[in-house]
Amino acid sequence: MAKTKVLERKPLTPMEKTFLPQILSGLKTTFGTMMQKDVTLQYPEERPNIPDNYRGVPTLVKDPNGREKCVSCQLCEFVCPPKAIRMTPGEIDAEADPERAHVEKAPKEFDINMLRCIYCGLCQEVCPEEAIFLQDVFSLSGYSRKEMINNKEKLYELGGTLPDQHGKWDKKKAAEQSGNAH
Amino acid sequence: MELLDAFLPYLLPIFYAVAMVSVFMGLCSYSVLAERKVCSWIQGRVGPNRTRLPLLGHIPILGNLLTGLGIFQPAADGLKFLFKEEIVPGHVNKFYYMLAPVLALAPALTTMVVLPFGRYVDADGITQPLVLANVDLGMLIILGISSLGVYGIVLAGWASNSKYPFLGGIRASAQMISYELAMGLALLPVFMWAATPGSDYGMSLFGAVQSQQTLWLFIWQPLSALIFLVALFAETNRLPFDMAESETDLVGGFHTEYGCFKFGLFFVAEYAHVIMGSALFVLLFLGGWNFLPGLADPWGESLIGSLLSIAWFTTKVFSMIFFFIWMRWTLPRFRYDQVMSLGWKILLPLAVGNLVFNTIIIVLYDTFTR
Amino acid sequence: MKIESIVENVTINIDGQDVEVPKGINIIEAVKMVGKGKEVPHYCYHPKLSIAGNCRMCMVEMGMPMRDRATGEAVLEEDGTQKIAWMPKPTIGCATNASPGMHILTGSEMVKESRNGVTEFLLINHPLDCPICDQAGECRLQEFSAEHGRGYSRFIEDKNVKPKRSRLGPNVTLDDERCILCSRCVRFSKEIAGDDVLGFVDRGTYSTLTCYPGKELSHNYSLNTVDICPVGALTSTDFRFKMRVWFLKRTHSICTESSVGANTEIWSREGKIYRITPRRNDYVNDTWMTDTGRALYKEIESEDRLIHYSIEGVHKAYDKAVVAATELLKSGKVAMVGSARSSVEEQFFYKAIAERCGAKVFLVSHHGDGDGLLQSEDRTPNLRGALLTGLISELPSENLEALARAINSGAVKTILAVNEDLTDLGISKDVLAKVKVIYVGSHANRTSEVANIVLPSLMVFEKDGSFINQSFRIQRFKAAIPGPRGVQSDFMVLEKIAAALAGEKATAITIDSVWERMTATIDQLSDSLRWHSLPEEGVALDATAFLNLGFVETKNLKYDPVAFREAHAALAEV
Repeated sequence: MAKTKVLERKPLTPMEKTFLPQILSGLKTTFGTMMQKDVTLQYPEERPNIPDNYRGVPTLVKDPNGREKCVSCQLCEFVCPPKAIRMTPGEIDAEADPERAHVEKAPKEFDINMLRCIYCGLCQEVCPEEAIFLQDVFSLSGYSRKEMINNKEKLYELGGTLPDQHGKWDKKKAAEQSGNAH
Repeated sequence: MELLDAFLPYLLPIFYAVAMVSVFMGLCSYSVLAERKVCSWIQGRVGPNRTRLPLLGHIPILGNLLTGLGIFQPAADGLKFLFKEEIVPGHVNKFYYMLAPVLALAPALTTMVVLPFGRYVDADGITQPLVLANVDLGMLIILGISSLGVYGIVLAGWASNSKYPFLGGIRASAQMISYELAMGLALLPVFMWAATPGSDYGMSLFGAVQSQQTLWLFIWQPLSALIFLVALFAETNRLPFDMAESETDLVGGFHTEYGCFKFGLFFVAEYAHVIMGSALFVLLFLGGWNFLPGLADPWGESLIGSLLSIAWFTTKVFSMIFFFIWMRWTLPRFRYDQVMSLGWKILLPLAVGNLVFNTIIIVLYDTFTR
Repeated sequence: MKIESIVENVTINIDGQDVEVPKGINIIEAVKMVGKGKEVPHYCYHPKLSIAGNCRMCMVEMGMPMRDRATGEAVLEEDGTQKIAWMPKPTIGCATNASPGMHILTGSEMVKESRNGVTEFLLINHPLDCPICDQAGECRLQEFSAEHGRGYSRFIEDKNVKPKRSRLGPNVTLDDERCILCSRCVRFSKEIAGDDVLGFVDRGTYSTLTCYPGKELSHNYSLNTVDICPVGALTSTDFRFKMRVWFLKRTHSICTESSVGANTEIWSREGKIYRITPRRNDYVNDTWMTDTGRALYKEIESEDRLIHYSIEGVHKAYDKAVVAATELLKSGKVAMVGSARSSVEEQFFYKAIAERCGAKVFLVSHHGDGDGLLQSEDRTPNLRGALLTGLISELPSENLEALARAINSGAVKTILAVNEDLTDLGISKDVLAKVKVIYVGSHANRTSEVANIVLPSLMVFEKDGSFINQSFRIQRFKAAIPGPRGVQSDFMVLEKIAAALAGEKATAITIDSVWERMTATIDQLSDSLRWHSLPEEGVALDATAFLNLGFVETKNLKYDPVAFREAHAALAEV
């Protein structure tokens, strides 16, 4: 049994019983707030400050060399709770793109259905290549359902380039060229 | 010219009436704007600031200022009401359903016939009120007709043939009956004081104003003023007494089934009542167009004086409207039983006591001063 | 016939629990028999291959009951139990055979320590390729390093660089960096496929898997090396980068390539098949299958797939086409060209239809070269089914000349052809023009082009059913993906036709209700047998009635015609 403490309520004074002092103090309070500065943000002209860890529209990013980072491991597709992510993996053509031939794999198609996306950020969390980020785009609209499905081009356009602290594939390439080969 | 002369006595009142109604309706729509602005300020918001009229809104600086103040908003609101699809639910009693909004607005517009809004001095040097119809029974007419406004609400609730509007209508009528008594009783001391024996003003509002040239009744009879004010809130169905609307428990109350322009009429009627109530309170307790308690009017008896008296009166009315709005966004709504017990158990006995007390005071005053 | 009954059992003690296991079984298998999710992790050991013992992952602690050397008497502990002489070092489970009284510890500190060490060494040069590696999700190294590894790397030096994406053969791509040198693929090629092409070159960390000079991994079993590769070193060129395995649904099926009836697993996602792998069945195919059998699913999406019911080349509704076919069959003088590629259930219906319209049934044989393993000479999966259901009573001929003669003589006016191109089989188009043709099949061919009525049918991946293989083993396959839109299940179409021919009303049937009828009429199927209750490894049926037919199959992996006949004859005598 939880202990309950009965709080004695003070009896109202005759003045309080008329409610008039309370009403007056209420009026004073509202008048005070009337004098304060507005908190409204004039949205289309003024933009809110987006914090760094904001979870906006999921986007695909490129590495500082402008190469696509996604290797289509499909972990985001797997983890996506509303199944918004759809991709078709593909192989990088070694002859067409010798710079990236050592990465071997890249998405052929990559669709994120923004009608389904719930902005949970699990795709960003799970990505082993740090290729997918929920960035600061928060306002998304379209005239048709089809428009609301972001394809690969759109995703890279939204994502842009982000700094990469690992340079995993560059290291790999360097190792291949000079490394431990025999 | 002879024809004109012959018709002038008939044409002029029509012209005056039309002018008055226009001004009054304009005031109503801007009261709506005022409500929206004041409420947003109280809540730390901005309020309507986007509507822009094509030419007027694009004047440099001024256009932006007016837009920011939302000056063009009432036009947009009115147009919206006009252009919305007219929906009449299938289950309503069509005739009364259509009649109700008209019945709600008409009394408010009618009462302003006897509402004096300034004074002038005529050729004989007698001070006359600026009013459409200067009748001795002004106050009685207002009391009688404005109470008819509740018929619109009750009718709306009944004709809608659905439970929430019905409950709203019932509440409105019960509330009206409860507070009408207290209001009437609170007014008696005022006129006992204003219509001194031998005066020829009777129940006219002009008389009440004239009696406050030195001392406002609000100071002289504070209790009457308070009771009247509370009853006024209740009569106009404004928060904290908007039991008929009460959107938290009755969806939309009596106008749940109303949309577009019919709803607009209800909306305007509410503000018309607010303006009427404010004007009445100013006339009865805040000295009308008299300058300040104890001070004679600084303006003369010329035409300019008349205009200034109108301006001063209007200023007071606007302050009263502001007070109405301010009150609305400060106080929460009463519970329905609280409304009833306040009306019957507190205000009514208080009003009776106030009447007896003031009668004794006035009798004593008359006995010793005359 | 069961092997277990012949073998002598011994009692060993695994983690303090006495277990009866067959004598001579190795510790990995013995621990597996204990169950309860107990497992000795291993890479190089494979139950169907010789033991190499080079991955060192399956380390366990082993001890034998202690005996006095001089007297041979058991040495006892103070409490009276026998003292165990534990080996000072762990031993590998794959090469340790169970012997009486043996004690095994699979979870001791020493064992854990050694697994951890082995995993760390394996990961030294293993690239961080998991995001692009096809094996991810079914990778033993991934699983065991999560289970037994340390979770972070202490290796700060540069990793080895080895060739990636090298082509080993037409079907297999090798990533040498990922290879952990377990040699399963080497042993498979040598021992099972009989084509010794793979080997390691160089020493130490430079060891690299490669083909012998001038050779490539081109035999028809090369993709089995991909299956048994515990890491992502050997990848299927066909499946490479197509889809991650964790999306794929697995459905048990049967390979239709030949009468071997290899058990398979179909990996599909959302109505699309991505790959086919073998499923272990020690009576049929062990854990192997052919490369050619794995490619059969590609026919599903081929362009000549039949997807419309049609009459005289015009697309019609399904029921109209069925009614038209029934009318045609009722008109008499019907011949049926059945198929040994139909399932047992369909053949059962064809038999009923043939009986009801008085049709003579022809069947065509499809022969090829056998490879002595899992590709037999008979290239149809279900010839035994046709015999068992009574569709045919003797082995089919190679062509349909007899039918052509019958057409020319006017004895046949209507042909119901199932999945066979008659123009290939001795009936020219001119001859075919003399008769009405109803074609039932999954793909278009010259016969379907001239057919009066075309009833599209489903492929083996799209329907439920069963096949009877070379050793009269009835095996079940399940639908992995839905068929083309609008195409009805075969036995439902056949039920409509068969019922209409008998003047009955067609009933809504399930595969088990078909089996109810089949088991009632076919002697070899026991009455209680149902499709849903068929065991995964299939049921061996009584073949005595057919032993004297000259089947074309020669000896292959699990089937020896001579031994089979002798065994059955012996059984019949008993």
